[in-house]
Amino acid sequence: MGEIVSLAELAAEVKPGCKLAVPADYCGVAMSATAAIVANRPTGLHVVCVPVTGMQGDMLIGEGLVGTLETSAVTLGEAGGAPRFQDAVKKGAFKLMDATCPAVHSGLIAAQKGVPFLPIRGIIGSDLLKTRSDWKTIQNPFAEDEDPIIVVPAIQPDVTIFHAPEADRFGNVRIGRRRELLTMAQAAKATIVTVERISEESLLKTEDSAAGVLPALYVTKIAVAPRGAWPLGLWGEYGVDTAEVARYAAMARSAEGFAAYMDGFARRLREAA
Amino acid sequence: MQNISNHYSNRELIIATIADLLDGIRHVAVGASSPMPAAGAMLLRARNELAGKPRVRISILGSEEHNFFTNGGVELFDCTAQGRVDAFFLGGGQIDGQANINLVGTGPYPQSEVRWPGCFGSAFMYYLVPRVILFREEHSPRVFVPKVDYVSAPGVSEGIVRPGGPHALLTGMALFDFDKEKKRFALRSVHHGYTAADVRAATGFDYDEPAVVPETKAPSAENLALLRGRVTEELSESYPAFADMLRGERKEAA
Repeated sequence: MGEIVSLAELAAEVKPGCKLAVPADYCGVAMSATAAIVANRPTGLHVVCVPVTGMQGDMLIGEGLVGTLETSAVTLGEAGGAPRFQDAVKKGAFKLMDATCPAVHSGLIAAQKGVPFLPIRGIIGSDLLKTRSDWKTIQNPFAEDEDPIIVVPAIQPDVTIFHAPEADRFGNVRIGRRRELLTMAQAAKATIVTVERISEESLLKTEDSAAGVLPALYVTKIAVAPRGAWPLGLWGEYGVDTAEVARYAAMARSAEGFAAYMDGFARRLREAA
Repeated sequence: MQNISNHYSNRELIIATIADLLDGIRHVAVGASSPMPAAGAMLLRARNELAGKPRVRISILGSEEHNFFTNGGVELFDCTAQGRVDAFFLGGGQIDGQANINLVGTGPYPQSEVRWPGCFGSAFMYYLVPRVILFREEHSPRVFVPKVDYVSAPGVSEGIVRPGGPHALLTGMALFDFDKEKKRFALRSVHHGYTAADVRAATGFDYDEPAVVPETKAPSAENLALLRGRVTEELSESYPAFADMLRGERKEAA
């Protein structure tokens, strides 16, 4: 539980074909670890974006490692659309499971609770239902009148991965108010986390410090990766490097430009650290 | 575009119109990349404060400073489902005459010709937020189509629980109301500098139109002063580039 390992050891947890849950850009994205994963080339990943993705998802797609993409959106934010995603969609390069944000959260919450599905309002009448045959419409069993409602199945990731400011040497991880990270970890079979630093003192020491903590019980492996979300930001620590994201957005427009960017990515990550 | 006689820009008109459309709400959520809706909400907040009206709460999604949620990304949706979000903004690569919105792409699905980011929370928020304002600055036939290629979320529904839906459609040219019974838009007003014929020519779907189409209400001097002072300052915290652009427009106009 919460074993502190090297970045390479951590990345090795992501095996071909695994269902990998990743957070949105505002939540702490493990970008250093993404470079390490790309180096291992695990193909056929089923990437579950909670509930959306950006540069990380676009990179995994561009590297040809994604077999299934389950997401509510892919965007580079102010830098515009995600170019490798758009290109791959046009080519039908992977199985696309378009979703809507709260449905992704609901699927993970179902797994967190160990129940097979969760009901959710909305969605009925959307074209999402035409392809999401795994979402069912049921009658609300408690209503006397007709009340159709959608149920979404539990999403149990094989691996959840994210980047956080801090872990302690006992394997507890500070997640602050990014509570979807708790859900993602509790729903998954394994959770791997990169952090800016390791504290000697237990994060569970006081009531205040313990409030925003993911306990080691749910954490499989931790690796230290200073500025490990770069070029994305990390809440409470540093902002997004907008120039670098824009540089990626421009280069990734072509397959060649993307390859050139990725060539330098692992090296630049070490420099940025 | 600058209105010389009254000295307000098209953007300022839109922001003031958004504030009017939000009048009466308690809590509005806006996206991290939606500076105009945020500006409209901030203008209403400032206005209410001066008038001694109830405080308007604004949640800017993805912002660290203007986000009081403590339960992660799911809280917005829970909060909405509980009926605690009164207004929200949705756009779309395509919007049709029945207020269906498409955030996914053009052409056949899934191998879209032009692919947009995706549905985000639209297939939930559109159903549950009582006052959804459809906002798209670009007013053109490629956006306002007869029928969307993909329904991310429908404008109207029958036989399901749906407390929310479209309240109005605001563009860079005009303001429309939506009639849920008729499943149709009706032109309410046209922004200064445009005519009803301009709007008709730039809209790919059919809609109702009054015999005489009024001009969209110009922002009052008080609203303009708030917008150019306090609201621009507040905006620069979350949308620095947009705040600079508003300041630049004013300098150009002066």
